[in-house]
Order: sequence, then structure tokens, then C-alpha cells
Amino acid sequence: MTVVHVAGRETVPLLLYALSTCGWCKKTRALLDELGVAYDYIYVNDLEDTRKAEVRAEVAKWNSQCSFPTLIINGTECIVGYQEARIRALVQE
Amino acid sequence: MTTHELSTIDALLQRLAREAEEGGYHLNPDVDFTRELLDGLLVNEGRYGYRACPCRLASGDRAQDLDLICPCDYRDPDLDEFGACYCALYVSAEIARGEAAAMPIPERRPAEPIAVPQPTATDASLAALPYPVWRCKVCGYLCARNHPPATCPVCKAGKDRFERFL
Repeated sequence: MTVVHVAGRETVPLLLYALSTCGWCKKTRALLDELGVAYDYIYVNDLEDTRKAEVRAEVAKWNSQCSFPTLIINGTECIVGYQEARIRALVQE
Repeated sequence: MTTHELSTIDALLQRLAREAEEGGYHLNPDVDFTRELLDGLLVNEGRYGYRACPCRLASGDRAQDLDLICPCDYRDPDLDEFGACYCALYVSAEIARGEAAAMPIPERRPAEPIAVPQPTATDASLAALPYPVWRCKVCGYLCARNHPPATCPVCKAGKDRFERFL
């Protein structure tokens, strides 16, 4: 398992880098689910080591601290952390 | 939806809550959120052999991850500045009383580990101390004895979370 797709209303492409153990990542996923939008997510901590290192490097390109959740929007910008207002505004455009 | 049985999570919750209160700390009163964090801690304990912060990506190497073993080295400065630790397992008294809510906070952990200079016993007065002084990196507890304690009496951090202070 690497990228999981969640079906929903199509907005901008959303890719969520998350940890399966993290409370704020769970809140971010719950918010996206509540908003009913389509998105992809990766639980980085559940990956095997080689893939984990690759994905970690991908996250670090967007967010040098490699913290979670990191939400990539349309491959052009990112939201770091559970920022409810920003995420709501993003999909209501 | 948790990985572990609710009874296992709640047994840990009760113990950590008691230890926290005894040491002057408080767990997040949002029980559902806290149970999920504790489930994450137990997942990490099973996976790595130690309770790495559920909201951080552990390396799996205990030496590299020491600073993020719960309670992490950043909990107390985050409680001071934001009223909650990074994952929000530990919160201020105000949040514990329900007078404010825990909010997400910025990551304080440096992207690359910073080497902490160890004291050198060049100062004659320090060299003359009858015992070395050890500092708990989690809560700042100090003790003067030949070796650090197996468990910090304040925050319950393990022996390897102590540094030589004097």
C-alpha cells in the first residue's frame, strides 16, 4: 500500500502525506471526508524503509521539517499541519 | 477506530493521567482524541520498541529518536509557549479544565539533530563536586548521584533521557 485514493467531489488534486498514528493527520482526513472531496493520501510511517526514505525526501521538498500532515495542492503549494480554515477555503473556491 | 483494544488503551490512559497529575502535568481532556494518540503510541511501541511521538516520523533507531520518545524533549517548551505539546497529548491546566482548546502548533524539533556540547571538567570547582549532576532532558529534573536514575521521578522518562549537567 502506498497511495490510497478517496473518491469524492473533484476539486483541485490533493495529496496528503500523513502518519497513521497521528491525531492531527486523522483530523485532516476527517475534515476532507466531511467536505466530501476526492483526495489521495499516503501513510508514510507504514511504508517499508526504502520507500519511506523516498517519500520522506518528497515531503522535505515541500516542507523542510518533514512534519505531518503535509497537504499538497495541485502539485504547486502545500499546507503544513491541520489548518482547518485554510483547507475549508481551499475546496470551497 | 483503534488498533488496540479499548481496555488496553484505557489502562494506559489511566496510568499516564495519574503520573501526569502527580508530576504537575495534564493529559488532553478530549478523551476520543487522547485515546487515538495512545493507540498510536502503542503502535509505535510495538513497531520500534519505544513510544515514539505518534505525530512524528520515527527512524526506528532509538538513539536517533531519543528526543521524540513520549514525553518528548519539546513538550515543556511547547506547553510554556502554546499550552499543548506537538501531538496535544499533554496540555496546560487551562486546556485541561476545558477553558481553552488545544490547537495544532508548529514543529519545534530541528530538521537535523543538533549536537549538544557536553561539559568538560576543566573548572576546578566543578571537578571538586562530590557527585556529578544529571539533568532530565524532558522535564529539567536535576539530581546529584553517580548515575542517572532508571526513571525520572517527575516525568517518568527513562535513564537514557538524562544528560550530564555538571
